Amino acid sequence: MSTKNIEELEREFQAKIDADIKIEPNDWMPEGYRKTLMRQISQHAHSEIVGMLPEGNWITRAPSLKRKAVLLAKVQDEAGHGLYLYSAAETLGLDREKSIDDLHSGKAKYSSIFNYPTLTWADMGTIGWLVDGAAIMNQVPLCRCSYGPYARAMVRVCKEESFHQRQGFEIVSLLANGTPEQKQMAQDSLNRFWWPALMMFGPNDDNSPNSAQSIKWKIKRSSNDELRQQFIDVTVAQAEMVGLTIPDKDLKWNEARGSYDFGTINWEEFNQVIQGNGPCNKERIDARRNAKENGAWVREAANAFAEKRKKKELTH
Amino acid sequence: MTTQEAFYNYIVRLGDDSLILGQRISEWCGHGPILEEDIALTNIALDLIGQTNNLYELAVSIENKGKNIDQLAFLRLEKEYSNLLLVEQPNVDFGYTIVRQFFFDVYRKLVFESLCNSTDERLAGIAEKSLKETKYHLKHSSEWVIRLGDGTEESHRRVQEAVNTLWKFTDELFYQDEVDQNVIELGLGVDNSIFKATWNTHVEQVLTEATLTIPTNSWQHTGGRKGIHTEHFGYLLSEMQYMQRAYPNMEW
Amino acid sequence: MSSKEWPLWEVFIRSKQGLSHKHVGSLRAADAQMAIDNARDVYTRRSEGISIWVIESKLVTASDPDESAEFFEPSESKIYRHPTFYNVPDGISHM
Repeated sequence: MSTKNIEELEREFQAKIDADIKIEPNDWMPEGYRKTLMRQISQHAHSEIVGMLPEGNWITRAPSLKRKAVLLAKVQDEAGHGLYLYSAAETLGLDREKSIDDLHSGKAKYSSIFNYPTLTWADMGTIGWLVDGAAIMNQVPLCRCSYGPYARAMVRVCKEESFHQRQGFEIVSLLANGTPEQKQMAQDSLNRFWWPALMMFGPNDDNSPNSAQSIKWKIKRSSNDELRQQFIDVTVAQAEMVGLTIPDKDLKWNEARGSYDFGTINWEEFNQVIQGNGPCNKERIDARRNAKENGAWVREAANAFAEKRKKKELTH
Repeated sequence: MTTQEAFYNYIVRLGDDSLILGQRISEWCGHGPILEEDIALTNIALDLIGQTNNLYELAVSIENKGKNIDQLAFLRLEKEYSNLLLVEQPNVDFGYTIVRQFFFDVYRKLVFESLCNSTDERLAGIAEKSLKETKYHLKHSSEWVIRLGDGTEESHRRVQEAVNTLWKFTDELFYQDEVDQNVIELGLGVDNSIFKATWNTHVEQVLTEATLTIPTNSWQHTGGRKGIHTEHFGYLLSEMQYMQRAYPNMEW
Repeated sequence: MSSKEWPLWEVFIRSKQGLSHKHVGSLRAADAQMAIDNARDVYTRRSEGISIWVIESKLVTASDPDESAEFFEPSESKIYRHPTFYNVPDGISHM
């Protein structure tokens, strides 16, 4: 046991963070730091896993063999990313299955975007382009996060994710340059996903109470609004390039700021979706809960078999 | 039937088996019994879709009528698909999925092993690559058959039920008609009748280790190779073909 | 019948001949064979490895971070263990 008092420990901890020394699983850390990380990493993991569903929807209906393979590989990566993140959370003592149960009971949250339905094939493009695009913007800075296992998981995630956004944009630009029906499909999809994608960065900075502390701890490296602005600034040009229209009449280049001004986000909708009232919240959680419940006998069988084998080995 | 027609049909049959099983397995993506297994099943689906790709490429080049592989995959009528009935059977639960996979993997490994010696180099090349994938699938499905069979009472009951239900589609693995005879004569394809005994021995050995039994009285069903499918198949096709049917002649 | 969870395993991967196995993460599996299979599917999807080790996480013994000062710092002062500690006259090579 350490004999240092808590203030001393906290001071040393912050000094390590300030010096960009990573924190590792068994190091001393303030309870708040541990809790924030556990919440953030598990929410992130849940988002990856729930995020498999809207796209998984279209695997069996993918329009070509190439698209089927790409989509399978992408959704599979999301399972992998969820797994890396749950692993990172386990290093903090957060049991994966317990954390998944919290997701199923509604106690734990996940990214609000996945509660929107995927209605057309174009949504596979838009999700890759906008949702993965927004996710990457959030995630790249997390590769430098102060907690070692989280940062390492994010390095892996970002490396793998680089193809996700590209394949999405490829779909979108193909549709935008395709037949009138295809172009319309792409525009409709952009209309539905644009605003929810902006909400992915979370509440405005004035309404994000934990942000300052998270930035001080280097769990978070940029503010919600900074990231959102950065996302808009790069995405508008991409939309113009393929001839699609961003559904925001207030969107305008601001020469002085060197950024786009944009319309007001419907935070009421955001709050409703977070609270469980989005179009697909129930379907998503039901699907995950069913997967776990229907798989219980399989997991039990594997355990029982492993125990039998162990006994057999001991008696031989 | 010309040699070209026979060889084309033979390759399409191999490709259809991969495509339809791949489609079935891909239904699991996002719904597996545990995250690790979700990823494993998707890997199998990806291998199967990859095989479909390679086999259809070969088929369209043999046919030489300027068709592309997506027309083959998505724009045929039900009776023009010649996959085995076994692979179109629904997933039902993880036990059915694994038993279906296991029966198929044992057979597929034998097929690809022989096809490595096909007189057609392109096919031999595809077989060599696919054999590696299939060996891993077989390892995975065998391990699971044993775990589930010798796991809990419930898992034993479920997986035995799957064996009982799916057994009736296993004779079709060794179905032969003029297509096969044509390609066997020229050394292009394999005589699957010669490895029926090997298949039986292998399956029996694994099922015994899994404490499972082979049903003794089971009328066998065939038809897939001739385009006569089970009721499940129409639903699978309408889902799989939806985009190509609703939006004909477009690039995706 | 047991309803407990599958144990946690640590995964180590050799990325190519000549390199040592490196820790890459963890996963759940009911037994060692399954852990190897799962590691293959989870951690080598992009040809990241040619060999895999797994070990149940609970079997790993780690040094205590609270003791890291007395454990590791004493070696820091023993600079004579490093070749740069020594002066070699100009013009001497192959040393």
